[in-house]
This record gives sequence, C-alpha cells and structure tokens, in this order.
Amino acid sequence: MAWLRGIAVVVGLVAIWQAVVSITGVPEFMLPPPLDVARALVGDAALLAGHAGVTLAEILLGLLCGTALGVATALAMAAWRPARDWILPVIVASQAIPVFALAPILVLWLGFDLGPKIAMATLIIYFPVASAFFDGLRRTDPGHLDLARTMGAARGTVLRRIRLPAALPSLASGLRVGVAVAPIGAVVGEWVGATAGLGHLMLHAKARVETPRMFAALIVLAVIGVVLYLAADRLLRRAVPWHAESNPAQD
Amino acid sequence: MSVVPGASAPSIARISAPPFGLKVHAAGLDFGGAPLFEALDLALAAGSWTCLLGPSGVGKTSLLRLIAGLVAPWPGTTVECGDGGPLRGRIAYMAQQDLLLPWLPALDNVLLGARLRRERIDGAARERARWLLARVGLGEKLAALPAALSGGQRQRVALARTLFEARPLVLMDEPFSALDAITRHQLQALAAELLNGATVLHVTHDPWEALRLADRLYVMAGAPARLGAAVVLDGEPPRDVGAPALARRHAELLALLANGKREAA
Repeated sequence: MAWLRGIAVVVGLVAIWQAVVSITGVPEFMLPPPLDVARALVGDAALLAGHAGVTLAEILLGLLCGTALGVATALAMAAWRPARDWILPVIVASQAIPVFALAPILVLWLGFDLGPKIAMATLIIYFPVASAFFDGLRRTDPGHLDLARTMGAARGTVLRRIRLPAALPSLASGLRVGVAVAPIGAVVGEWVGATAGLGHLMLHAKARVETPRMFAALIVLAVIGVVLYLAADRLLRRAVPWHAESNPAQD
Repeated sequence: MSVVPGASAPSIARISAPPFGLKVHAAGLDFGGAPLFEALDLALAAGSWTCLLGPSGVGKTSLLRLIAGLVAPWPGTTVECGDGGPLRGRIAYMAQQDLLLPWLPALDNVLLGARLRRERIDGAARERARWLLARVGLGEKLAALPAALSGGQRQRVALARTLFEARPLVLMDEPFSALDAITRHQLQALAAELLNGATVLHVTHDPWEALRLADRLYVMAGAPARLGAAVVLDGEPPRDVGAPALARRHAELLALLANGKREAA
C-alpha cells in the first residue's frame, strides 16, 4: 500500500511538472521537461554514478564520524558532571553559528578533497545525535533509578544497564534527523569547493547551462537521501524493537 | 520445564537470611518545603507484615522511601535494624509501577538485581528465577518482553523480581493498586504465601487489602502526619475477606480513615 502511494505521488508530481512546462512554455534552460531530464539521467548515468559515489562516501563517513562523536559526547556528559557543565553550554552556543558559514573555512583548512565535506556532514550530524542521546540519558524513568539504587547498583552499572538502553530510542530519533540532514552538509561542502560530487556536478552543469543534467543530479541526490533515510529507519526500528515510537509509520 | 510449581517450596524460594525487626525513630522529612512528618516512630517486628494506610499525600510513600534510603530525612532520624546490622543490601523494593525494563525478557527482568550488582549469573540463579516465574504463573512467558504481557502479568514479573532478591526486609508501595480486582486478589494471596517469613512494610490505600494481609496495621493521618495506634489482626494471612469478623474490622477501619481525613482537612 505504502509503495503504491509513493509511486502515485511521484507520478503525480511528474504530471504536474509536465503540465507547468506545457502550459507556461517556460524556456528549457529554466525548467526542462521531465523527458529531457530522464534522457539526461540515462545518457549521463556513468557520470552521475561516479559523482554520486563521491557524495555518498562523504555522507556515510560524515554519518560515522558525527554519530561516534555525538554518542561519545552524550555519554561523557551523562557519566561525568563536570563534562556536562563545561560542554553543554558550548554545544548549545555553537548552534547559534550557521554551520554553512564554516564551509569556506573548512575548505581553506582541509582542501578540495573529501575532508571538508566529511567535516561539514559530521558537524551537521553531531548536534542532533549528541543532544537527542543526552536528552534520553537524562530522562531515565526515576522509578527505574530508585529500583536500581535499592538493588545496590553502582553508578556506572546503572548508566550501562539502564540509562543507556533506555536512551536508545532517543538516540534513534537523533540519528533519523542526522541521516536526513547529512546530504545537506555534503552538498554545501561541495558547492564551496570541490572537484567531484553531485553538488560539484550541479554547479558545473549550471555554468554550462546544462539544466537537464542539473535536475538529473538533483534527482539522484533526492533518491540517495530517501533511500538512506528508509534504510536507517528500518535498521533503527530493528535495533529498538521495544519502543512504540520507533514505528512512526504506523501512526 | 523441569520445575513444577507446587506447595513444597524448595529452599530456592526462601529468603537468604533470618528476618530482622526495624525501628524508625524521630523520623522527619520535608516535602515541597513543608514538613510531611516530624518525630515519627515506627517499629516493625521481625518476620511480621505491617500495612500502612492513610489518605493520599499523607506521606506513606515518603516514609517507605526514607527507609529504602531513597530520600534524605532530617538529621536526627534513625533507622535501626533489630539485629544491629546494616540496612544496605538487605531490602527489596516493589512499587506501584512494575518498573520492568522494556528491553529485557521476563526472565532477565527477574534477574535484574543480580545483573546490576554484577554478580555472576549461573545456572542456579537462572533456575531460581525460572522457578519463581513459574510460581507466579508465568512459567510459559520466560522470553516474553514486557510489552507482550498484560498489566497483571507484568506485576507478577515484578513480584518474582522482588522475591528473587530474597531480602529479609521487603518494602512495597501500593504494589497491587493498578490491577483489576481478580488479579489483585490472586496476587495478594501469592505475595502472602511467598513472602511468608520476611519482614514486610506494605503501603496501601485499600483497607480490605490491609485486613487480608497484615499482621498489624497503622493509619497515618494529619499534617504533619502521625501514626495511629496499631491495629493487630489475628489469624494466618491471606485471610478470608468474607469472614464476619473481618467485615466488622473493615467498618472500624473505615471510621478511622474517615477520622484521619477529617483531621487532615
């Protein structure tokens, strides 16, 4: 059912797109008709796949680093009070800086390779993961903590055996957000300075007014985003099967 | 299942040490800026079942939490074990919520205390947990996650978890109040049987429950709260709630409780 609905939505959007092109007669370099874009998708398949591979690598490495850093930060803050008192305000304040504004500096420091893009993706993933996981670690059911205390559990054991598993659903929510925003980080990094990747390909195509290729790259990027999200969602649901909220599709 | 639940409780169901009495003396505690009780005394006889009744918010749960070491009382408050030993590590606590960890199967929830104390969980411990679950009627649900159990079944697991701790002093805070009448009745009988021999302090708002289970009961009332005179009940719990003598007690108790409510108002 969900599949059929998804296909119906895509077909509907393409139909609207075609209708807009036909009715308004907008020039092709502004908005190419769907068929031209489809042709570009097929004709440039190898080119798109190569650049998509680069962007995907940036996203995945960014996810890996951002998640690892976010989880480590949240655990440190939960386990050690001074860490929380010093790190939490810094993290909150750092959110006032638009991460995208850092992109040129990252390119300056890390060059035109994967480095700055991974750093961008890492930065953008880090905050939702760290804050959601820490929030989960902080909001353990007080009843469970009382029970653990009467059972004579040490602090570290309570963190590992109760607070951490209890916070996994929150971590999963943070990861869902992280996966959704990761492509933004990678593409912004590519726009600022890159020699490969879908973002780079789009800028390149724009400069040469190859609008269908731009749209083709955009579509590939969207597909990557959706597939990543669905895969992550499925994985997380399996990892946290006891949690009702890990089944948002059934709402 | 190699173990059949039966009347002959093997040694694995028994508490680990002889029960001891408990004396709470000059207990004082604040709640929300106002004293909940001050200079409150309570004595529990070794191996006896004591119920604490009273209106909501009077401080029954707080007194229980004080004994459990979960809240800090006023200085001067003393909690002494009758045998002179420490209280730490010798209590089991059961709350109104089952407090099962949703990611652990029933069997592992029963074993929680051992896990949290990082004890080695050997075959004997597992066998005992299995026996207890069978004893509370969940021998077929060892691998079930809490979400797959009904409210009554979850509270049964919580009872098995409390029993697994095998502590000489058991503190229970309205453990059956969230259950339907039939399940509550069954669990009361089960608790009376399986906790026989331990010193029990049981907070409840249900006079029938207290009359059915307690050796002695206190009505807590007033602000700051005080304990009324002990009501001593005879006969072996769980008592038959249909007995006329108990009905008379119930009427007396209701009058006491209503009195306490009036005083508090």
